[in-house]
Amino acid sequence: MLIALVMAPLALGLALLAGGRALGRRSFAVAAVAPFAVLVAAAASAGRVLDERPLTASLGWVPALDLSIDLRLDGFSLLFVLLVAGIGTLVQLYAGRYFGAEREGLHRLAGLLLVFTAAMLGLVSAASLLTLFVAWELTSITSYLLIGWTDGDPKARASALQALLTTGLGGLAMLGGFVLIGQAAGTYDLAALAAHPPTGTVVEVGLLLVLVGAFTKSAQFPFSAWLPGAMVAPTPVSAFLHSATMVKAGVYLIARLAPIFAEQGAWRPVVLAVGSLTMLTGGWRALRQYDLKRILAYGTVSQLGFLVVLFGAGFPEATAAGVVVLLAHALFKAGLFLVVGVVDHQAHTRDIRRLGRYGPGWAGPMAAAVICGASMAGLPPLIGFLGKESAYDAFLHGDIAGGGVVLAVLVGGSVLTFAYTARLLAGAFRPGVWTEGIAEDAEAAIDPPPAPRWSFWAPAGLLATLTVLLGLVPGLASKLVDVAAHDLDPSGEHVHLALWHGLNPALALSALTVGLGVLLVVGGAVLARLQQRLPDTAWGEQAFLGAMRGLNRLADRSTGLFQSGSLPVYIGVILLTAVVVPGWALLQAPMPDLPPLVSGPGDWAAAALLVGGGIAAVVVKHRMAAVLCLGAVGYGMALVFALQGAPDLALTQVCVDTIGAVVFVLVLRHLPTWFADVPSRVSQASRLAVSAAVGVFVFAFILVAVGVRVDPTISTEFIARAYEEGGGRNVVNVVLVDIRGFDTMGEITVLAVAAMGVYALARLSRRDRRASTPGASR
Amino acid sequence: MSLVLALCTALLFSLGTWLLLQRRLTRIIIGLGLIGHGANLLLLLSGGRRGVAPFIGQIGERTPADPMPQALALTAIVIAFGVTAFLLALAYRSWQLTGDDLVEDDLEDRRIAATRSTASDEEVADQRELSAAEAALESSTGGAAPLEEAE
Repeated sequence: MLIALVMAPLALGLALLAGGRALGRRSFAVAAVAPFAVLVAAAASAGRVLDERPLTASLGWVPALDLSIDLRLDGFSLLFVLLVAGIGTLVQLYAGRYFGAEREGLHRLAGLLLVFTAAMLGLVSAASLLTLFVAWELTSITSYLLIGWTDGDPKARASALQALLTTGLGGLAMLGGFVLIGQAAGTYDLAALAAHPPTGTVVEVGLLLVLVGAFTKSAQFPFSAWLPGAMVAPTPVSAFLHSATMVKAGVYLIARLAPIFAEQGAWRPVVLAVGSLTMLTGGWRALRQYDLKRILAYGTVSQLGFLVVLFGAGFPEATAAGVVVLLAHALFKAGLFLVVGVVDHQAHTRDIRRLGRYGPGWAGPMAAAVICGASMAGLPPLIGFLGKESAYDAFLHGDIAGGGVVLAVLVGGSVLTFAYTARLLAGAFRPGVWTEGIAEDAEAAIDPPPAPRWSFWAPAGLLATLTVLLGLVPGLASKLVDVAAHDLDPSGEHVHLALWHGLNPALALSALTVGLGVLLVVGGAVLARLQQRLPDTAWGEQAFLGAMRGLNRLADRSTGLFQSGSLPVYIGVILLTAVVVPGWALLQAPMPDLPPLVSGPGDWAAAALLVGGGIAAVVVKHRMAAVLCLGAVGYGMALVFALQGAPDLALTQVCVDTIGAVVFVLVLRHLPTWFADVPSRVSQASRLAVSAAVGVFVFAFILVAVGVRVDPTISTEFIARAYEEGGGRNVVNVVLVDIRGFDTMGEITVLAVAAMGVYALARLSRRDRRASTPGASR
Repeated sequence: MSLVLALCTALLFSLGTWLLLQRRLTRIIIGLGLIGHGANLLLLLSGGRRGVAPFIGQIGERTPADPMPQALALTAIVIAFGVTAFLLALAYRSWQLTGDDLVEDDLEDRRIAATRSTASDEEVADQRELSAAEAALESSTGGAAPLEEAE
């Protein structure tokens, strides 16, 4: 059943991609069926999972490599599956309203969203690191395709590429980390890893690599630049991938591994430092945005930092708080994105300096936004408040090094969150709060946009309702949160969510947060001046752009260096490599004995032909003469063959040389009689050097090769068996047609291919000739 | 195996390499021919012993030559012939198109090699546009087009 859970959206998604064009905007309604079915199925199996009996499934993948797709649905996975499937359903329905019917490629968008859903479901229910990695990469690729869905827009292409490169490189680091950890532990199974955690330096290095992957995916400092850029994607995509689900993949991985590895190496300091920095810088940068979606994007970065701190700390109370914040964040952030999409759709702008005047019929979406925003700001009685309370509480009582600093960061980050929430809500729904840079004319603020249909904002309304409901009646989610936290870290006590915990330090911190937040909002003008004066901390973007430029320049330079376009250069490089590398090995060989000067009287005659013909072939400038010199070398070869006891070779050589000379003449009669000198980029000196190096190498090679023979030659056997088994007296012939028959088969094939090539080239010329004489073809 | 023939082999390789590094297709073909001869000689010499032809029934008490390198060399001779014929056909075609058998540099490769800056890189151009749009959004001068156009 678990397999079907993942495969159903995948199958429907691929089907839509392949054949959904005719459906147009209705693709979204069709697509919504799959995540909804998953939601129902997951809810149906919730009873069993919450009973602490996880579902497992395994599908053979590459049995020879012992690879299989292993899935396991425990409480934490179930929470994610419910979120992914639930928000996935809402987003599909919402997208059906968001896009105009005439828009092209909507089936592609719906299909890709489903493929992404499937990948995400696979990721959160993966039982082994390798399955997780495959799903992880699939989410990166679908995210790339979804951000770049409007492929005609250079901004969309650029940010899609930025997202892919950032998360892809992180994924690569993560794979390295998985392999290190998996090899050290001897297993890639998550449950087995938790039962017997491996230790050692290798594992610590592996963990850091895995963290790089998680940080890039969850847009942690300094890899957060891609996430605000990804906001060029259509709002339904942003709401689904880049706030509620995919960016939480890194958080998910950290949550899975932290209880196992938090005590090891640099895990805890790194995670806490990175998460804290992300939470603060994200919140700070959200406060200088004027675009609603970008306020939300930086807010998401900040909240992801929050989650990384909570899950990465790796002690049970923080983990439990993380689960609550995760649930709260998915609900309110998706809701806010959906409302922003509604505003954008109706008003055609997201600029907070232009928005703010609304006619009747906007009460619903406004209420939804205010509720979700209040949850984000951590106000009671909403689920976001519960999350923040439990986070404060965890670090008030948590016993880890630097816990106090982290607590201060959480409070500071939450104050910033309060402030940017206010900026978002006031910016969207109140006119004239921000006027910087807008020309002093009446056109700055837009006319009240038309009210949206109820079905357009209903998904946001549903999420807002859940936010209130879970806040007022925490018992609804209590069991799920408890089991999820317990499945992550079984050492923790059971969690009971409640709105009211009495007067305690956490409540005091909440009050402090709200107080400071109100101050920050009231002192907004001071803050704005401060922000203007401070330099923008956008160096992540700059670094990415610089890296892109550098990479391209490196590619150009190395291409220019190695791909110079000159054939002599290529051949020279190849030959030098062929000489230097084995030549190095030759130098290690023992010094061979020199053979006798000559082995018989004929050697001198053959050598005279070879040397004389060879040198002449190089020196003469007359084309035909050079070819005849080559022929002389061939006859010299025939003489050597005859002397060495190889009459077959001698005969063949004579035949080939004779026919070859004829072929040469056929071609050469067209070409100029003399070789003219051609200027070349390769100097004569370097040609000479390469030629000499090749000659020296070959000479040394012969001497060494002859000297190092240890085993008797294989051909003693050939001679012994040639007659009985091959039925021939000429051993060379038997070798060719029988013993090494396949070799000869290959040789014939080469000849056939060469013959076809020659024929084709010759025919080509005939066609040219016919085409060049007009009327000849008729 | 003798020193003289070993030196001949080395010389054939050297001369062939020299021709191979030229720009005339005819000379390259001749160079390949010389290297082919050198390679056959190398095969035969590394076989080690010189002897009578390996014909069964005629060897008697004498040492036969090693038939294995001979078989290899025979294959090599024939393939070298095929390659030569094909290259000659190419030279013929080259003559038809250009009136000569000169091997020219690849112009596109030369252009890339000469490029000193990443001039027309589309990813970087896209990225610049995105950066500019983002900068415009964050600056207080405002009025920039939104990153994504809604319906």
